[in-house]
Amino acid sequence: MISRIYVVSNKKIDYINSYLISHEFNNSDVPKIAEALTNPILEKFSINIFPDIGRFSHIIEIGFKPGVTDNVGTTAKETINDLFHLNSNIGLQTFEFSVYTSIIFVIKNRTSLVEVKRIALALHNPLIERSFIASYDYIKKNRDLPLKVPLVILQKNIPVIKVELSKTNDTELEKIGKDGIMDADGTRRGPLALNLASMKAIQQHFIKLKREPTDIELESLAQTWSEHCKHTIFANPIDDIKDGLYKTYIKGATNVIRKKMGKKDFCVSVFSDNAGGIIFDDDYLIAHKVETHNSPSALDPFGGAITGIVGVNRDIIGFGMGAKPVANVYGFCFGNPQDKKKFFKDKTLNQEMLSPRRIMDGVIKGINVGGNCSGIPTLSGFVKFDDRYRAKPLVFAGTVGLIPRIVNNKQSHLKSAKAGDFIVVVGGRVGLDGIHGATFSSVAMDSNSPATAVQIGDPITQKKLSDAIIKEARDMNLYNSITDDGAGGISCSVAEMAKECGGAEVTLEKVPLKYPGLRPWEIWISESQERMTLSIPPAKWNTFQKLMVSRGVEAMVIGKFTNRPKCVVTFNGKEIMNIRMDFLHDGLPKHILETSPPVREHYEPILKKNKSYTKLLENLLKQKNISGFSFISQQYDHEVQASSVLKPLSGMGRINTDAQVFKPVLSSDKGVVLSSALYPSYGDISTYHMAAGAIDTVIRNTVCAGGTLKKLAILDNFCWCSSYDKTRLRELVDSLKACYEYSVGYGTPFISGKDSMFNDFRGFDEKGNPVAISVPPTLLISAISIMPDLHKSVSPEFKNIGDNIYLLGETHDELGGGEYYKMLGFVGNNVPKVNLNKNLKTYLVLEKAIQNELISSALSVSSGGLGIALAKASLGGMLGCQISIKNLPGSTSSTDAKLFSESQGRILVSVSPKNSPTFEKIMKEISYINLGKTTNNGKFIISNKTKIVEISVKKLHTLYHNFSKKMQ
Amino acid sequence: MKNIKHIRQEECKPRVIVLSGYGLNCEEETKYAFELAGGMADIVHINDLIKNPKILSNYQILAFPGGFSYGDDTGSGKAFANKFINHLKKELAEFLSRDTLAIGICNGFQIMTNLGILPGGLAHNKNGMYLDRWVDLEIKNNSPWLKGIKKLSVPIAHGEGNFTIAPDEYKKMLKNKQIALVYVKGEICKFQALEKNPNGAMHDIAGVSTYNGRVLGLMPHPERAMFSHQNPMWQNNKKVPDEGAGLQIFINAINYFSAKGGSAFGGK
Repeated sequence: MISRIYVVSNKKIDYINSYLISHEFNNSDVPKIAEALTNPILEKFSINIFPDIGRFSHIIEIGFKPGVTDNVGTTAKETINDLFHLNSNIGLQTFEFSVYTSIIFVIKNRTSLVEVKRIALALHNPLIERSFIASYDYIKKNRDLPLKVPLVILQKNIPVIKVELSKTNDTELEKIGKDGIMDADGTRRGPLALNLASMKAIQQHFIKLKREPTDIELESLAQTWSEHCKHTIFANPIDDIKDGLYKTYIKGATNVIRKKMGKKDFCVSVFSDNAGGIIFDDDYLIAHKVETHNSPSALDPFGGAITGIVGVNRDIIGFGMGAKPVANVYGFCFGNPQDKKKFFKDKTLNQEMLSPRRIMDGVIKGINVGGNCSGIPTLSGFVKFDDRYRAKPLVFAGTVGLIPRIVNNKQSHLKSAKAGDFIVVVGGRVGLDGIHGATFSSVAMDSNSPATAVQIGDPITQKKLSDAIIKEARDMNLYNSITDDGAGGISCSVAEMAKECGGAEVTLEKVPLKYPGLRPWEIWISESQERMTLSIPPAKWNTFQKLMVSRGVEAMVIGKFTNRPKCVVTFNGKEIMNIRMDFLHDGLPKHILETSPPVREHYEPILKKNKSYTKLLENLLKQKNISGFSFISQQYDHEVQASSVLKPLSGMGRINTDAQVFKPVLSSDKGVVLSSALYPSYGDISTYHMAAGAIDTVIRNTVCAGGTLKKLAILDNFCWCSSYDKTRLRELVDSLKACYEYSVGYGTPFISGKDSMFNDFRGFDEKGNPVAISVPPTLLISAISIMPDLHKSVSPEFKNIGDNIYLLGETHDELGGGEYYKMLGFVGNNVPKVNLNKNLKTYLVLEKAIQNELISSALSVSSGGLGIALAKASLGGMLGCQISIKNLPGSTSSTDAKLFSESQGRILVSVSPKNSPTFEKIMKEISYINLGKTTNNGKFIISNKTKIVEISVKKLHTLYHNFSKKMQ
Repeated sequence: MKNIKHIRQEECKPRVIVLSGYGLNCEEETKYAFELAGGMADIVHINDLIKNPKILSNYQILAFPGGFSYGDDTGSGKAFANKFINHLKKELAEFLSRDTLAIGICNGFQIMTNLGILPGGLAHNKNGMYLDRWVDLEIKNNSPWLKGIKKLSVPIAHGEGNFTIAPDEYKKMLKNKQIALVYVKGEICKFQALEKNPNGAMHDIAGVSTYNGRVLGLMPHPERAMFSHQNPMWQNNKKVPDEGAGLQIFINAINYFSAKGGSAFGGK
């Protein structure tokens, strides 16, 4: 029987919740179910009768497509199970009844069907959702919506096929690599993302074995060898850099720094685990990881972003023996939300790309639901806009974790699966969602991009899993090793853990499924969310299983780890995969990458004379890349875990902070400082200075808030484009050289990183003309620092009337690639260059001044230069100021440069008159200037020789929040 | 913490049960706040309580902490309340009939209204958005949880905090003095130019209690104001005691039992 329960609000009726239930309950039980799904104070229900909501034009029902995660449906099912005390044995499959939820939107005013269809399209994403439109007359006549459930029905397929590779020619090999294995019906399964050299290596390997590979073997190799997993561009030799970029410049830098630090080395686990780990204090380690989830977010922004954030949470849960997520960070690079141009994936213009606004809204919501539902404070973040992020947005999601240094008398960051241990999968079930995610993100997006790569996160399933593991099982010493099921699903996690002991044997039919009919290769590589793989000694399995059942978490033994160096998979007793571990992990052929220098000619523009700097500053403050984004910050819970110290929004004027401070251990006064920085627009001139600028800025931000260079680690996230283009590769090499030089120079080691090398889109414009949109080479640097006493944290806004305002550092003619030129329509050529020695000195004396509690505020001068920094500090404290920029240290030749140059290494500080003499004494070693004082007249005044800017602080406040207000 | 003295012996501290599971997520800091206030708090998973309901009688204070139980699916607090009432109806009634205290914070408050032990319901915020900010509160009744407090500034973080109640129920609530906390324009609102009522709650209601004040539900999070550095105004004046204003609510609960002296666990 199928019943539909409608739940409708007592107050406003603009939508109705619908629960479609396929079941075998008695008729008298259905009202009981309805009651359990209704809050009688706020709502009423009706069963199989469309609720009486008066006259309307149309309704639009939006539900999920078959097989898409329906979280509300899952909860409703649990509620019903509990109501009738049906199953206390989680782990047993019950297909007795199913719940499918949908939302019915009510269009009240008379609206044409064409318009209703347009609204429906705006309300749902056809990749994952379905819509049903009905008119008032239809409802009046039928009194109910159709009782049809979106069941997954899979065709009967041959479970495992052999792929004839031995006699296949190169053209076909290439085609298999690009478009996938061909099924019996002639369709291709989607990208393996294996190039010809890799395909030939596989062909040769199996010729030597005198057999053909099975589909699951080929799919498995494709996952493990994917750019996403193996990072071939960073690993392969490039030009004369024999060890590759990663080993030479990233790991190389960290090794040098750690050696130099000697006993003061605070790194504990770098580059070897799911996240990087540093010392917090004698008792705890802090781990940090930042991921990207760009390709999925382009297709389904909400699903892409939520799986991005809950996915990186799992990197932390899988750090060492399991760390507790204590903070989330995010970063968004979007196209202009006002951009209305349309693009299509296919030449026939049927597959329209989502608009930048749609992508932005979905991504912001995804991080909202993922972070808020998980009880992890979302503290730190940024948003950047550039038209080139229009097709593929960049979505950065990161998590900080906390773990005791010693767990069960062992160092917690070490773990190792042992031969004989059970392979246990914990958490969500496996469906078709997320198939080919790893290989898909390793290629450019076009009309063949697989829809199954899209997934929806279920933060509550993960929260249950996370709590059960890191708050209980870990400390009960119930497992030997743990890792996250991310890209490539269990095919990657099992193969990865098997390295710790030798090999693995998997009985694939044991993997719990969302619905029957999946083929073995699909089960093996599916990236269905909220799963982790553990290595559990057989003697501890019972205790572990009982614990999981009592926490509502599903766990299943799917095989065992062995000491034979093979990865073997069976399905219902039949061996379907048998690959040597060394071939699986190291069989990928190396090839030498080559680069060539990009041709770049940029000139400094000639700027107009006689202009109003007041107007220019006002306009610049309104720019999306400069103004506030409180509409994002305030919808993310940043107070949960009671750890907030320096918040995302600060001061009377609620300005966005560049660095945030929190207290991960409630009984300790030690603080953790987080920040991030990126300058994609500098990369238009020089990717070397782009990287240097990001490193310098992130360090400066962190020190301004109270962090210390003695304990400051950084993370890299490279999001490149067209990475087979030799000039793009040269730009990559340039940026890595800067990474090495500046991280070593500042003594700030890289502890973790990630790259996403193909952020390109190939499609068509409205006229069917081919277009290619690539993101600008983007490097995000994130920082984490431990401060000894959080009470010394400093916020960026002015605080007291009559404080002295100082600028530390030197200002030069460096407007190139900056926000001021961008506003005027220029790129320019004089990109800011980092003077390491001078800046390091500045940061060290600033640290000293902060530790001595001498300063009232510190704001890192970055995008928009000194003018914007002054405006933010002023409106942040809602205090006026009287400033003279006549004698800035450095070499500026114009007022424009003085106000808006983005020269690195500068900090805007305010100091009480009482502390000023001591402060100035400490600053003696560096270039600095007293710019003026904060005032009580509410006026923001800057003079050069004469007065050049006068704006009321109230107006600054309005301008700064203008964009955010519009987006709310 | 410098100014809180742990003077009570472990065994005679009032005992607090803080529930966890299915997406509740503020249990650790809530436990910490009760312990900072001098209590002894245990985090207990709802399934463990269902398995062994008798343990509820060992406690004097019951806390439903904040969180996102069941992801707010089927309505905030609804699914968790269903589970609780399905298995623990009798024990809950027994607990409340004793001289005990209970508190529901945020999602915990939503759970309590769904359990029917507090009046009203919590609908979606007026603009439909999840919101994290600080609010100013004025205390309206004599709940033991609120003793000696007149005004209080603490944060909220929720998507469904719009307190809703039928007119006749509201009258009843007024008569019984069940309105415990209301949103007002105080120092935080003035500081950051924010409106007093963050979610559209009827009559500006932020928290309600039972007629005797022993059961309190509130949307704001006092445990997120247990340290002074959590307050957005702290950067402007750091010369204040370490503990934040929110802690008093937890201290009041502990003192309620300590002051009685004679109760089984709460003697001085």
